[in-house]
Amino acid sequence: MAHAIPTVVSGSAAPPPAQRRSRTGYILLFPGIAWLLVFFAIPLVTLFATSLQVPVPGKPGYFEPGLQFSNYATAMSEYWPQFVRSLVYAGIATALALVIAYPLAYFIAMKAGAWRSFLLVLVVAPMFASFLLRTYAWKTILADDGWITSTLNSLHLLPDHRVLNTGIAVVAGLTYNFLPFMILPLYASLSKIDPRLIEAGGDLYASPIWTFAKVTWPLSLPGVVAGTLLTFIPATGDYINAQLLGSTKDHMIGNAIQINFIQFRDYPVASALSFVLMAAILILVFSYIRKSGTEEIV
Amino acid sequence: MSTAEHRVDDLHLRHLTKRFGETAAVDDLTLTIAAGSFFALLGASGCGKTTTLRMIAGLEDPTSGSIHIGDLDVTNVPPHKRPVNTVFQSYALFPHLDIFENVAFGMRRRGLKDVNGPVMSMLELVELAPLARRKPAQLSGGQQQRVAVARALINRPDVLLLDEPLGALDLKLRRQMQIELKRIQTEVGTTFVHVTHDQEEAMTMADTVAVMNSGRIEQLGHPADIYELPRTAFVANFLGQANLVEAEIVSASAEVVAQAHGNTFTLPGDRNFAKHKQVIVGVRPEKLTVLDHFNAHLVPDSNNRVTGRVTDVSYAGVSTQYVVRTPWEQDFIAFEQNMVVGDRCEVGDEVVLHWSPSHTFGLDGTQDVNAGISAEALEETRAASSLGGE
Repeated sequence: MAHAIPTVVSGSAAPPPAQRRSRTGYILLFPGIAWLLVFFAIPLVTLFATSLQVPVPGKPGYFEPGLQFSNYATAMSEYWPQFVRSLVYAGIATALALVIAYPLAYFIAMKAGAWRSFLLVLVVAPMFASFLLRTYAWKTILADDGWITSTLNSLHLLPDHRVLNTGIAVVAGLTYNFLPFMILPLYASLSKIDPRLIEAGGDLYASPIWTFAKVTWPLSLPGVVAGTLLTFIPATGDYINAQLLGSTKDHMIGNAIQINFIQFRDYPVASALSFVLMAAILILVFSYIRKSGTEEIV
Repeated sequence: MSTAEHRVDDLHLRHLTKRFGETAAVDDLTLTIAAGSFFALLGASGCGKTTTLRMIAGLEDPTSGSIHIGDLDVTNVPPHKRPVNTVFQSYALFPHLDIFENVAFGMRRRGLKDVNGPVMSMLELVELAPLARRKPAQLSGGQQQRVAVARALINRPDVLLLDEPLGALDLKLRRQMQIELKRIQTEVGTTFVHVTHDQEEAMTMADTVAVMNSGRIEQLGHPADIYELPRTAFVANFLGQANLVEAEIVSASAEVVAQAHGNTFTLPGDRNFAKHKQVIVGVRPEKLTVLDHFNAHLVPDSNNRVTGRVTDVSYAGVSTQYVVRTPWEQDFIAFEQNMVVGDRCEVGDEVVLHWSPSHTFGLDGTQDVNAGISAEALEETRAASSLGGE
């Protein structure tokens, strides 16, 4: 008892635990917030400022601060085809990835048993090789004298008689490169489904197809939403696939930004394009999430 | 279709066998479950009761044998085409659908258009109508359980299968749901096949209990019949408790007389199932009367008796449980109604246990006398007796 009293006194002098805890929270948050500020918020503001800069007369490649909103009009009027193409290519690649990934993830989650972990490693394994290297490999796979192209040609399936340097190759590259980002979230949500729910579907007069439509698919939707976002967003902004596997006619918005920054040194237009892309993706993503009714996953 | 009366047919299992590799989970099971009955499959985990249920539901394919509902062979009918519904262990309610849609699921899949009326009246039957638009996660365990019953029953199945339906509920709620399920069964008249490891649950709810052990049925019948006259040591031990003594038959006519450790036990000939001299003489604990050895002269001459020393007394309100150590170091358990206040026997007292021959049963003496007692419980008894012996 004698020991308890001083403890109580010293305890009441310190700030209440709740307050202390919240201060600890801020201290722990600081590195993260500082990181975001220095490497995200400030560059973003700089980028926006750059997109409004005016050229210095007589000095090509030099710009000074300004409020030239017409940079956006210029950028869009010149590059809207690349912009639309980005969304279309990324959209097709996302759809293809979903169609390929879903059965695969379903198999790994529901049927693979002891092979689960091994198959998951196989899904991720390609990522150990560099993104660039893998995309280069596709150049060989889809080459004009490769077996894929010749097989498709003998079936008269190719309008241009080739795959490489066409939009098909770009979409194929995008689909391939982002496939793991589709498989993993799908696997995560499919493996969480209680197999008894699928049995219950069968027990309640639903054929396997109906059970899939009414039980498995809706329960896997969080994975579908996460997977499509993780595929669509980076695919829209990608320029490597278009550059290595496509012709200039297949360029995406990423290529336009890259060329403007590095080749033309037209920083305001490049920044404006970046900003529009960001805004477009944000709007698309939010309306998509709202429509699919799975706000809780983001 | 137009008749209001629901067609009911008996469920027949014929030589039903399920093997997983070398082991037979269900071993040549032949069984008829009468239409409209409340049938319980009772057994410890791994006895094959759930596998049997899953085969009836169509969720598991039998290795051999057949399942008929009336004249209809459903052995190879896929689950979604069987007139059978299941209340799953932990319910398996669809988490993305509300209660109404969960219950309507079966009707919608069968292409029925007008689901609103039947769903609401089914929800009223299980007293959940006001919660129709809630999601399963927003309901308590007992409510979820009732949704699972409603979801299955609304389809008016020929047979309703219940797989440990009350296992996830706490004791008080379980008692309540036992009464509730029994009420619903009486109301709808559907055949209920209930799988459980809880012998009390099986006895209170079912009108027929089948005690399963290692893929076979040990005994089947009305709960009271099985309890009062078990045919195997497994049933005697698994369904309630039993005092079993290994003995030898010395004379057998209308009355069987057996001897063990210098004691003589008599029992009616029709309660003896031993085929040879070796017999296990048994009696249920509540059939015993405990008397202080000073009062031994009060025991009727015709009664069976055992002497011993009290090693444990536990008072449980309505009754008192005595553990009595016999001279041959066997523990007898006796339950006494607390009719008299005070004047109970205490630990260390020398007592006489006695019971009527008509409460005695005789089992085949070649079987394991401890069958049906879990290894864990057996270990505990051994530990306790070695302590008591000190």
